[in-house]
Amino acid sequence: MDRKSINGTKKGKTSSILSDSGKGKGVRRNAAGSKLKGYNFTFGVTLTVIMVGLIILGFFWTPYDTEAMQGSVKLNAPSLAHIFGTDQFGRDVFSRVLAGAGSTLMIAVGTIVIGGGIGILVGAITGYAGGWLDEGLMRINDAVAAFPSVLLALVIISIWGTGKYKVMLALGIAFIPSFARIVRGEFMRCREEDYVTSAKLIGVSAPRILFVHILPNILPTLLSSLTIGFNNAVIQEAGMSYLGIGVQPPDASLGRMLSESQTYLASGPWCAIFPGLFLVLLILGVGMLGEGILDRFGGGR
Amino acid sequence: MLKVENLSIHFEDRGGNQEVVKNVSFALQDSEILGIVGESGSGKTMTALTIAGLLKEEAILDSGTIWLDERELLSLTAKEMREVQGKEISMIFQEPMTALNPTMRIEKQVEEALVLHTELSKEERRQKVLKALEDVELEHPKQLCRKYPHELSGGMRQRVMIAAAIVCRPKLLIADEPTTALDVGTQESILKLLKKLNQKYGMGILFISHNLRVVNELCSRVLVMKDGQIIEGGAAEQIFQNPQTEYTKELIAAIPSRMKGSRFYDLLKEKAGERDA
Repeated sequence: MDRKSINGTKKGKTSSILSDSGKGKGVRRNAAGSKLKGYNFTFGVTLTVIMVGLIILGFFWTPYDTEAMQGSVKLNAPSLAHIFGTDQFGRDVFSRVLAGAGSTLMIAVGTIVIGGGIGILVGAITGYAGGWLDEGLMRINDAVAAFPSVLLALVIISIWGTGKYKVMLALGIAFIPSFARIVRGEFMRCREEDYVTSAKLIGVSAPRILFVHILPNILPTLLSSLTIGFNNAVIQEAGMSYLGIGVQPPDASLGRMLSESQTYLASGPWCAIFPGLFLVLLILGVGMLGEGILDRFGGGR
Repeated sequence: MLKVENLSIHFEDRGGNQEVVKNVSFALQDSEILGIVGESGSGKTMTALTIAGLLKEEAILDSGTIWLDERELLSLTAKEMREVQGKEISMIFQEPMTALNPTMRIEKQVEEALVLHTELSKEERRQKVLKALEDVELEHPKQLCRKYPHELSGGMRQRVMIAAAIVCRPKLLIADEPTTALDVGTQESILKLLKKLNQKYGMGILFISHNLRVVNELCSRVLVMKDGQIIEGGAAEQIFQNPQTEYTKELIAAIPSRMKGSRFYDLLKEKAGERDA
């Protein structure tokens, strides 16, 4: 009797400890995982919407004229009148940040349209077709990828000259290889899927298989790599403008604002902080959006 | 209707040539159900894929003709063959879980063959899709149209696959192990469904399986394949009751003896009895 009860309690205790700890762990991990996932997506969307919303607002309205110089308010600290302060010429930093981010956004979107568009096309064809077409196109792809994108951009700019659209084109071309690789890999994976075989068996043509049957299946990966591409484009554009080969005056650009504000870092740090902060928040938002898309829709693989 | 003559296929790889289909000839009459049995690697699926126009890249066709009525399929261009696929010949295969596109609604997937092969309007196509879903005995076809594959069970997905294959009323349906991945109860109902479609629409069925029991239940004639060759062929009851080759005898012996006294064994006997009578 005694023995039995001891045994019983022992057993019960052990099993309850085991099951408790097991359960607790699992629950905690799951909860943390899903919470983080939801957080990524929600936060990413929110931040992206706010930043892009501000930028789009900047296309139509800015508190001050972005070019208007006011001698009386040179390098004023942030105040109610100028929430981001003013620069060395007395121009409103907030207005210039909006305008600068506007050209950054346009260039980044243009870059992923060019790079993504051609990259998807090349990746889809090479990944699905395989064989000599794959070999040929991917070697060209490798050749383009071998050049650092800034060098490639420099070459293009020295041929065609500087300006917003040249930067867009240069970065677009430089971004083709990475998209092509990602998309190619996805199409190679999907090519062997049974639903592709079923589509072939009812006589679906290759282009339709590529873009109607397979493309929707790789959308999560594609969208998240597009957001990464977008961020890279933003950084590259800022870098190029900082170096003076990007957006040219009088157009505002976040990169050029950073480079111009260097001289006044001590007397007017807000001229550097706010463009930098804006850049960081934009990238953070889009980056988290990309993560969130993968977490939410790309799971189960 | 379908006549395959002297079909030979080999794979060429580093290890040398490997013949997978050797001199295979057979014919399928209008609205007949012909079974092909054989173990894995016997060349039955290769034969089926070749008829369906999906010869793999690494496979090389050595000889043979495939006649569908008056047309020789192997001489058609890829584009001409696409006109035949899904319209005159359809094929369903083993994996109902993965054979449907996870990002397309059921309606779109069943509709696809109609979009490709007919000039019907959207509304007409919808009616045909609903009809096809009813034909495969799926309930609530209207709600089903809006669903995605992950919302359906394996048996339902296989029915959707069949619906997509028959929506254009092909003359020939190739069924490559369509029941293998399903549980036994579902298998039974899919077999019944195929039989019904065959009777209702006079659709010829080429049924491929490694399961002699299933073949015997469904088919009127059976071919036995081994190592790429047809080693025996004839009426199902003849093959089953009086097998000519050792291999066929082994295949029959391989039907689990536990089946005796079970529902399947009874079904088999019943069927044999029907034929004898």
